[in-house]
Amino acid sequence: MAIAADIPRIRVRDCVVGFGDRVVLDHVSIDVMAGEILGLVGGSGSGKSVLMRTIIGLIPKRSGTIEIMGQNQDTLSDEDRQITQRRFGVLFQHGALFSSLTVLQNVQFPMREFLRLPEHLLAEIAATKLAMVGLSRKDADKFPSELSGGMTKRVALARALALDPELVFLDEPTSGLDPISAGEFDALIRTLQQTLGLTVFMVTHDLNSLHMVCDRIAVLAQGKIAADGPISEMMLSEHPWVKSYFRGPRGQLISQRLQHASV
Amino acid sequence: MNHTATARLGVELGAGSVQLSATGDWSARNALALDAAVRNAVEVAPRGLPVSLDLSGVDEIDTFGAWHLANLAKALAAQGSVASVTGLAPRFAGLLTLVGQASEGDAMPPPARWTPLGALEKIGRNTADAWASLALLVNMLGAIGDAAGRTLRHPSTFRLTSAIHHIDRVGLQAVPIILLITFLIGCIIAQQGFFHFRKFGADDYVVDMVGILVLREIGVLIVAIMVAGRSGSSYTAELGSMKMREEIDALRTMGFDPIQVLVLPRVLALVIALPILTFLGSMSALYGGELVAWLYGGMSPDIFVARLKDAISITHFKVGMIKAPFMALVIGVVACTEGLRVGGSAESLGLRTTASVVTAIFLVIVLDGLFAIFFASIGM
Repeated sequence: MAIAADIPRIRVRDCVVGFGDRVVLDHVSIDVMAGEILGLVGGSGSGKSVLMRTIIGLIPKRSGTIEIMGQNQDTLSDEDRQITQRRFGVLFQHGALFSSLTVLQNVQFPMREFLRLPEHLLAEIAATKLAMVGLSRKDADKFPSELSGGMTKRVALARALALDPELVFLDEPTSGLDPISAGEFDALIRTLQQTLGLTVFMVTHDLNSLHMVCDRIAVLAQGKIAADGPISEMMLSEHPWVKSYFRGPRGQLISQRLQHASV
Repeated sequence: MNHTATARLGVELGAGSVQLSATGDWSARNALALDAAVRNAVEVAPRGLPVSLDLSGVDEIDTFGAWHLANLAKALAAQGSVASVTGLAPRFAGLLTLVGQASEGDAMPPPARWTPLGALEKIGRNTADAWASLALLVNMLGAIGDAAGRTLRHPSTFRLTSAIHHIDRVGLQAVPIILLITFLIGCIIAQQGFFHFRKFGADDYVVDMVGILVLREIGVLIVAIMVAGRSGSSYTAELGSMKMREEIDALRTMGFDPIQVLVLPRVLALVIALPILTFLGSMSALYGGELVAWLYGGMSPDIFVARLKDAISITHFKVGMIKAPFMALVIGVVACTEGLRVGGSAESLGLRTTASVVTAIFLVIVLDGLFAIFFASIGM
């Protein structure tokens, strides 16, 4: 089911989400094109994660439409929705690894459910996926509680990529990592995105990631998309929140450093 | 690319060389077919001959397909064949290199199988674990004693609010279900008594049986088992999830002793609540017995009470009540020990909660047996 390259992989129109009498997303519209890394930023509690969870179908919306791979998620049958779900992978903020399964079993889990493969193939391919995200075969038998934060994120990424999805959702992939690990993780996302031809929807707070990885950035503020464009446009934006985010003391420091590095 | 796309690996044996041609959709959904095709090609290809692999007919490659190609190259190299690749679309080159590097390494070990030696080892480990568990229980008992001693010396450190809260939860809120169950047990004992004793005209002795059985054994035992299942499991699950989310480590780093803050109020609440519940439960069971005696056995309540006065003494009541706080201590110690043993996984939380209830009920019954021997030897 190849779809035309010019159809957005994710297309959100007038999406409204609220809890009780609080409206979190107020008529949000956003597109993510094929092969693009979109970074979604916004203050704490601005509804970034809510938007991501609404797109992947974990939070019900009040109105609006959401299309993934050109298919309206509301009109799909359960079976078709499951097929769509197999075409995207999700990296949750805290990994959400199954705590009673080993690292290898976590990566095998979606494969075991959806592909009928013999045990030796499952083991070898899962080990290969682990190596692709930079883990060694020695780590395969560890349990999630024995992993460091960086390793947890890597295993979660390997599990998100287990079925070779076309679209990957990343919820704060570098949060809680030290700068070196975060940098390595950024590079890993970039490499995998290029070799596997992924489309990436990334919720992040990390200014470095936004500079290094994202092709396009969308800013969520007051329940709406306040700005949308490449990092160079963000640096020039006059929207007060965008300005203080990208040109505040931390933002200035990083953009200066990156400019020095590239000269 | 559609659902019916297949993947093939054609083999052509030429003079002095082998032609392999890969076609179709080399992706996850064809992984099983590809496995067979790759094995077949490796088997058919004569050893040592140069192999040329034509990839121009491949529509799609994902990591599964790339892994099979890497696997094919490895297997051919192992046979001493020199492989050359032609027709690889440039958009797949990066993926093949990445997966080729990633699939390097020793073969994954096969999953462990059952062996007699392994079974023996498991029995040994379980036995050692059982002893270790017992040691942990004794350790916890000592820690609670120590914490209680410190609290007595500095009464202001006692968590009164927490203790009252737990007394409410394990005591007051348990009253309805305890009353109901012990009432039914009392009814059943009386009914069975009348049914069987009537055969040899010993109806009157049903009252003796109900009175002594309920006050000495059944009342306290049923209540203790109920409390182990109801409150012991919730203690274990609470402490276990606190352990999993590092809340207990946080307490410790703030200079609090988790035993003093979390365990002591809980155990104390049980020690206070269980005798009260036992008393209420025993009364409820006697009432059930009386009701059945009246409705089923035709014995009027007045006669039942009069016979009960003759049949039981304060000693029977004391025997039951003395046991209650000790059983509460056992339940509390087991529940808190198991809770603090929870590891990082959801499975271990379930495992520990089960272990908590099973161990607590087992120890309550063992303790009851020991008390029976003790009371018999002191003539109570």
